[in-house]
Amino acid sequence: MLSGHFDLAVPPPGIETAPSSRPTSLTLDTGVSRVRYKQASWTDDGDRYEPLLSEKAPKTVDIEDSPLPEELTRDSLELPAPAEPELARHYTRLSQMNYGVESGPFPLGSCTMKYNPSFTEDIAALPSAAVHPARPDSTVQGTLALSYRLQDYLARIGGMDAVTLQPPAGAAGEFTGIGIAKAHHQHNDDDRSEVVIPDSAHGTNFATAAMAGYDVVELPSGDDGRVDIDALEAAVSEETAALMLTNPNTLGLFERDIERIADIVHDAGGLLYYDGANLNALLGRARPGDMGFDVMHYNVHKTFATPHGGGGPGAGPVGVTEKLAPFLPAPHVREREGDDGRGDYEYYRPDHSIGKVHGYYGNWPVLVKAFAYITRLGDSGLADASAKAVLNANYLAERIPYEVPFGPFHHEFVASAGEQDAADVAKGMLDHGVHPPTTKWPETVAEALMTEPTEGESRRSLDQLAAAFGAVHGEDDGTLAAAPTRTAAGRIDQVSAARTPQLSWQALDSDD
Amino acid sequence: MTSPYAPHTATETEAMLEAVGVNNIEALFDVPGSVAFDGDFGIDAHGERAARREAAKLLGRNDDLTEFLGRGHYTHYVPSVVDDLSTRSEFLTSYTQYQPEVAQGFLQALFEYQSMLVELTGLDVANCSMYDDATALGEAATLSQRVRSVSGETVLVPAYLREGKRAVLANYVDGPGLDVESYPMVNGQADVDALADAIDEDVALVYAETPTVRGVIEERLADIGALAEDHDALFCLGSDPVALALLERPADVGADVVVGDAASLGTGTAYGFGLGMFVTREEYLRQVPGRLVGAGEDSDGRRAYTLTLQTREQHIRKERATSNICTNQAWVALRTAMHAAWLGPDGLVDLAEDCVTRPRDLAARLDDVVGLQAPVHDGHHFREFVAHTDQPARAVVDDLASEGYAVHEIGEHLIQVSATEVTAEAEDGLIAAISEVAK
Repeated sequence: MLSGHFDLAVPPPGIETAPSSRPTSLTLDTGVSRVRYKQASWTDDGDRYEPLLSEKAPKTVDIEDSPLPEELTRDSLELPAPAEPELARHYTRLSQMNYGVESGPFPLGSCTMKYNPSFTEDIAALPSAAVHPARPDSTVQGTLALSYRLQDYLARIGGMDAVTLQPPAGAAGEFTGIGIAKAHHQHNDDDRSEVVIPDSAHGTNFATAAMAGYDVVELPSGDDGRVDIDALEAAVSEETAALMLTNPNTLGLFERDIERIADIVHDAGGLLYYDGANLNALLGRARPGDMGFDVMHYNVHKTFATPHGGGGPGAGPVGVTEKLAPFLPAPHVREREGDDGRGDYEYYRPDHSIGKVHGYYGNWPVLVKAFAYITRLGDSGLADASAKAVLNANYLAERIPYEVPFGPFHHEFVASAGEQDAADVAKGMLDHGVHPPTTKWPETVAEALMTEPTEGESRRSLDQLAAAFGAVHGEDDGTLAAAPTRTAAGRIDQVSAARTPQLSWQALDSDD
Repeated sequence: MTSPYAPHTATETEAMLEAVGVNNIEALFDVPGSVAFDGDFGIDAHGERAARREAAKLLGRNDDLTEFLGRGHYTHYVPSVVDDLSTRSEFLTSYTQYQPEVAQGFLQALFEYQSMLVELTGLDVANCSMYDDATALGEAATLSQRVRSVSGETVLVPAYLREGKRAVLANYVDGPGLDVESYPMVNGQADVDALADAIDEDVALVYAETPTVRGVIEERLADIGALAEDHDALFCLGSDPVALALLERPADVGADVVVGDAASLGTGTAYGFGLGMFVTREEYLRQVPGRLVGAGEDSDGRRAYTLTLQTREQHIRKERATSNICTNQAWVALRTAMHAAWLGPDGLVDLAEDCVTRPRDLAARLDDVVGLQAPVHDGHHFREFVAHTDQPARAVVDDLASEGYAVHEIGEHLIQVSATEVTAEAEDGLIAAISEVAK
């Protein structure tokens, strides 16, 4: 039971103007903590919430007397034309119908939804950061200097020899890293056709390998939730280009046999790829480079606290060991020799570069924010972030009524909803002012609740989160099937939404 | 230093450790000693003010130039309200809408963004973003391999294509094993006769741009579309939302896919930070890469929004997914939609018309400068144009930088100048400076 002695009367902002058939009041009473929550919800009639901009302020403009010949122009353009006050109210209301890290706990496993420090936004918004990508190197020495510093920081943190900042997301980092592995093998006239990936890996790993033209060999997990060494030996061959591995893995478990795993892959001539999604577990405790990984990506929007923006932008820098550095994307920043007045840094093309994975230099403002975060925390702060992330996951797991079949885990754990449907558990949790875990994945745990509280949660908010798990655990299936009732919208019928896709306001039925 | 973003007091940490049943946090790490890291990174911690100063000091080494630069990365005036609204933490600190009931706001904003692109292109389905124009083009090329009516394995692209875009495309087509070939340009536009000679049944996708990378408005798009259709190839058109507010609708010239960068609305100059548009026909819906927001209904019978058709995506379909993309550019799309709505259709059309008249007028002024001829290409321009320099272009560009202005060097005697309302007040200064250095 909770042993709290704190007062948890936390009424979040809640304005409900929608007439609703759903309950108008719900109290979470754990005996100690009492959290009331209701998400704002706006509606102006019975069958929709906040109207679309196209419904509020439609306008059609005919294209006439344009400076172009008529045959080169369209006839008309129909788009919303809200006045600025209307625009401000529209998006403010939409924001109130959206849940972010600053709203409450967001333990979405594998996504590292940690607090995003405000000051990094100000740095990314500096006018001196907003230069055009076509400027000559000598005129953007500040941008190159910051890039060089960030490359260096990331290399130290990952135990890598060289880092590119170009990939604009984690999946793009994977595509870059596997592209580097492919180029390396081809450079050695060593054609390989397969990438080995554990069954518990992120879906992006499989998709990336396929995009790069490889066959995927899926590796079954061992009984302990880790890589099964016998299965790995059976899977690896002279066709193996790389093994893609997350460590700690998606169950939060450290792959204790990592050195053995590295030997098996390397002995077969393959490379070891590190998926950096879970790096927030290990800062200052272990580095992929020291474990034998040859190439890795960093998810800076996870580990280094840049905001997730409702689904991006992120950034996925890639680190490599010295032997792979010649294959890095172009251009790459390095220090300049000599003192000719053209600056201390320059771009160059690595000898066997794979070319480009982004049209310019990647998601630059995100990289600036990551640089600011790392500069703020330094060694000690980064190590403490991982310490508290791991502590928080372990503390939370102690406090919830769901079984966690695999351990010891680090920054995240995967509980099982048991007889309950994990997706329903998630919907139930929404009514308690928290975001639920990632559900039904990885499939190595039945009805998985993949939970990553991050270091940003206090003991008090973890207790609230645990209370949400506890309340839902005690609810019957019928109640959960009807959840959520306290959110901006009720349960959304995703099956029929997919069966009859309506992907634009133009596609909406005109008779409503 | 402990992390300033971990709220734990020492007392709380002790109590939590006790609850977990260990004496110290290090006991929670299951890392074998042989791979444990016992060194340090050598990165000093800073107070917030010091960290800001450090970053500002580094970035302050950038020269302060007035940029008449474009070639794919453009800037327009972004109203303050976009910054204000988009940085509301409920938007900025949220993530992919896996739980739509608490994410209706962002989903609706993305649905509105998709709808705006549908209007601008005349096509049916817009996804809610790719990374940038280059990766969107790469995705369009791989799409061609999943479309049953297309059998070829060659991608035809214009000879004038930004090098970064070409390089990204090369990586995307490496996996499926496609070839990329160029068709010639004449006077800054596609050489449609040469394209007709080059195209055959092995072509899977024909790519064209309007405006082209040299800023010329492509005048024979319908002919290019017809050539693609006659050879069972997809026609992919590259453009941007400002241009599309005025130019022919892609659907009317036979485009099957529209790609391009939309970040010039909402974000502006940010060292190439982009927003990839991806819009296509409904018949290719099941093959679309990336995230799609759809409208449905909730348990109260009201219209509500959700990510949909996720069985195309990597987290469900794994190696058979239409793409590996997961985290995309959702927040950039939010800003673009805000900016477009702020402008409204009349504001967007006005802006687009300014993008036609401003480079025309500026080119005429440059043409009067001794040592310059502009524009090099006939035809209509959008935002930018190419000028011939009697002096070596490198010297002109370097000398202009010394005077505080940046333009593109694109050939031995060719420069490219991009002009939008953002640089309006600097045009006189540019003329004065270039008059000194170009003669």
